[in-house]
Amino acid sequence: MGGFPILSLMLLVPLLGAIGCLFSGERGARTIALSATAINLVLGIVMWVSFDIGGAQWQFTERADVFAGFSWALGIDGIALMLIVLTVFLMPICILASASIVKRVPEYMAAFLFMEVLMIGVFSAQDIFLFYIFFEASLIPMYLIIGVWGGDNRIYASYKFFLYTLFGSLLMLIAMMWMVNVAGTSSIPELMTYDFPPQAQVWLFLAFFASFAVKMPMWPVHTWLPDAHVQAPTAGSVILAGVLLKMGGYGFIRFSLPMFPEASAQLAWLIWGLSMVAVVVTSLIALVQHDMKKLIAYSSVAHMAIVTIGLFAFNVQGLEGAMMVMLGHGLVSGALFLCVGVIYDRLHTREIARYGGLAINMPRYAMFFLLFTMASVGLPGTSNFVGEFLSLAGAYQTNSWVAFVGTTGIILGAAYMLYLYRRVVFGGQNNADAAAMADLGPREWLMLAPLAAATLWMGIYPESFLAPMRSDIAVLNARIARAAPQGDARLAVGTVDPATAVHGHEAPTHDVPGGAH
Amino acid sequence: MDFSSSLALIAPELLLSLSGLALLLLAAWGGDRAARLISILACVALGAAFCLVAPAVCGGFAGPDRVAFAGQFRADAFAGFAKLMIYAASGAVLVVAPAFLERLRSMRAEFPVLVLFSVLGMSIMVSAGDLITLYIGLEMQSLSAYVLAAFVRNDTRSSEAGLKYFVLGALASGILLFGMSLVYGFAGTTSFEGIGFALSGAMGTGALFGMIFVLAGLAFKISAVPFHMWTPDVYEGAPTPITAFFASAPKVAAIALLSRVMLEAFGGQVDAWRQVVIFLALASIVVGALGAIGQSNVKRLLAYSSINNVGFILLGLAVATTQGASAMLVYLAIYVPMTIAGFVAVLMLRDAEGNAVERIADLSGLSRTRPALAWCLMIVMFSLAGIPPMFGFWGKFVVFSALVEADFVALAAIGIAASVIGAFYYLMVVKVMFFDEPADTYLAKGDVPHWALLAISTLAISPFGFLATGWLGALADRAAASMTLLV
Repeated sequence: MGGFPILSLMLLVPLLGAIGCLFSGERGARTIALSATAINLVLGIVMWVSFDIGGAQWQFTERADVFAGFSWALGIDGIALMLIVLTVFLMPICILASASIVKRVPEYMAAFLFMEVLMIGVFSAQDIFLFYIFFEASLIPMYLIIGVWGGDNRIYASYKFFLYTLFGSLLMLIAMMWMVNVAGTSSIPELMTYDFPPQAQVWLFLAFFASFAVKMPMWPVHTWLPDAHVQAPTAGSVILAGVLLKMGGYGFIRFSLPMFPEASAQLAWLIWGLSMVAVVVTSLIALVQHDMKKLIAYSSVAHMAIVTIGLFAFNVQGLEGAMMVMLGHGLVSGALFLCVGVIYDRLHTREIARYGGLAINMPRYAMFFLLFTMASVGLPGTSNFVGEFLSLAGAYQTNSWVAFVGTTGIILGAAYMLYLYRRVVFGGQNNADAAAMADLGPREWLMLAPLAAATLWMGIYPESFLAPMRSDIAVLNARIARAAPQGDARLAVGTVDPATAVHGHEAPTHDVPGGAH
Repeated sequence: MDFSSSLALIAPELLLSLSGLALLLLAAWGGDRAARLISILACVALGAAFCLVAPAVCGGFAGPDRVAFAGQFRADAFAGFAKLMIYAASGAVLVVAPAFLERLRSMRAEFPVLVLFSVLGMSIMVSAGDLITLYIGLEMQSLSAYVLAAFVRNDTRSSEAGLKYFVLGALASGILLFGMSLVYGFAGTTSFEGIGFALSGAMGTGALFGMIFVLAGLAFKISAVPFHMWTPDVYEGAPTPITAFFASAPKVAAIALLSRVMLEAFGGQVDAWRQVVIFLALASIVVGALGAIGQSNVKRLLAYSSINNVGFILLGLAVATTQGASAMLVYLAIYVPMTIAGFVAVLMLRDAEGNAVERIADLSGLSRTRPALAWCLMIVMFSLAGIPPMFGFWGKFVVFSALVEADFVALAAIGIAASVIGAFYYLMVVKVMFFDEPADTYLAKGDVPHWALLAISTLAISPFGFLATGWLGALADRAAASMTLLV
């Protein structure tokens, strides 16, 4: 692509679209938003196609020193590329899903397009302060989306979302300033190879952790998520689950691990502990929800815990798995929220008990919902299986207990998702109004079919998604290898004296084959 | 330095005082009918003074040839930077005030003249190189401000504000004078340079007392906690354009003055005053934020917000480096358009009868009744909260990076954590405007000057402001470097 500033263009298109939306009517705003996101999707695909796998680590780089203290530096590696592709893929679907919004449409569309600008900015920023600006700025449109177009308890949810995440990020800002002051550069690629003193790393790690853990969200700072999800409009939930949560994971993979490898290893127990609790506790909470969106929101927390388990496995499998869970979860949870949105638009309730027997009157819907439910459970052949398997396999090499507890999350996930599906889609048609709902319309087909295709593609041929990330993950793995904690599942081959073995002691035969289950 | 070159250095002040006197004659002669004309002429005078000061700032002038009248007056880049902000803010107030005062039938010809004299006082304050110059400037500014606060004579709230401001301001002046007398007694001189020289090394209890009293008196003027009690009452009671004036120009002047006194005169005693300034800063941030939460009046809210902002600026002073001073200047340069934009937006809110609207509840659903105004006010609120990409973020950014560079990481962490409390009430205003149902329909009575001012100042604090970070930072750095730090 030469020196063509494709990333800046991808930021500019939705930005202009957003400004255009503000000054146009309802119909115009819908058209502008759809075309702007479609153009960005095309640009994203062009970028993916022209991304040189195995080439330079940072591609499509641009740099302009127009600010004091930081610069307009953009550029992506394979990890960022996949997350940007996910973003531009979900955006047109979100715009389509917003057909049921009738209140203040131009502002709504503008907020979504601003959101897209900021999300692409977060993933492509190569300057740590530019990253911070995009990262933090995403609070403003999301605050408005939840607060203006949300459900009944939207005010509380929007405040909680904003203040929680703001508090987390501000400590990170101070840490960033310290790092830039010490390292003498604000460029992310350079900081990724700078060795901070290990004592300082712990503090820096905790400051970044405060921000990313809230964004991720990790237990126990996840409580904003169910509130925000339940109150946000459907498209807002999709963006929140699909992309915004990935900012936390991206932060870990871009900042915490490569910049503070020693601290990451030292504090891995913290991440593991919180993730293990999250997997079990939030899955159990999801099991007892009456509200569909809340259930999926809690399942997001559980899935994100699998991501952190994979990230802090300190091996290639774990890292690749974490990335795949992020991408897969982006598709699947987005699709599940859309599925909820489809029936919410018809009946205007998220109460699980108000539905039932939808397989009879909405067979096509039931099929899509089934596919995404299975994907969420992690059925082989769907996107989540790849990621969850790799994450847990990676974690097993480092700590078998983490892998063990993490795997219970998969079982519990099957329990709550299948239970949800049974109550909504199977069973008798107890509610007349639910039984009278029409099946999917063309617009809904257009939303769900691409997601279904992508889910299957990622599950059947994950190589397309893993290939661009492979070399970057290898670089990251090499970077953290020096600090990686020793696994507990290694073979304990004793230097047993052959003479004693012959004489029939029982002990040596026991601890040879992979003893730490 | 001979007399004529000293006169050349005070050219902006000469211009302001001569035009003030001439306009006073015009006011006496032309009466209230000439009020509009005088306002315009006063604006022109401010513009001319702005042009006179600008070269000193752009050139980063410093050194002994910028000192007039044997060290009593400094026309360096630091003073110039503050003066530019003061002139610009006062000019903006003169643009919006006449229409407001005319509606209350209180527009008098003295109004622009009083503003001019107040500006003259501020100009002298920021250029002071001597305690006596400092006091003359401060009193000149304050006396005009007392009258301005009570300018709407038939409104009891305005009179109350004027009286309160006067009584408490006089008390503050007394404290300041007492401190100055002690400092003079122990240092044997009133010039900043001399005090800095005399008080270097170990300091006696008496001089310490003097310094703390000076600090307390000035803290009163910048309304830092715990000397902030007068601010919400005065801001609420004074006519809105004049509140905008109080929140912008005199704040800049007092903060610039405070930093010059602390860094130049008491620069050798940083360890003695740093803890006090840190306390003032953190207390201002926290009390400003907590106090604002319960407010139902927009002007009171903005008053607490200005207290909160002063706290952040003082953090820059606590660093006591050139970088810290530069960060304060950058913060102020962003704070002024934020404040002006906020108050101009409030000024544009009127109900169907044309009465000013001041309650936050009256802003309900503003995004639907007057979307342009609501979007501007939203940018102001997020900017005040320091949320990127609004430019208000940059002010906080430079202050905190100065803190981090000087190894005050813990202080920076505490300060920034406290700013989350502040974010709450800025969010509340946005919530009322955007999430709530419209309460009442306002007449879209935006006249051109208001809209123009609002547009300019909103643009300055919008993300476009980041394009200015380069030269703003360079100017502020040079201005801060023009001070002779004793630290």
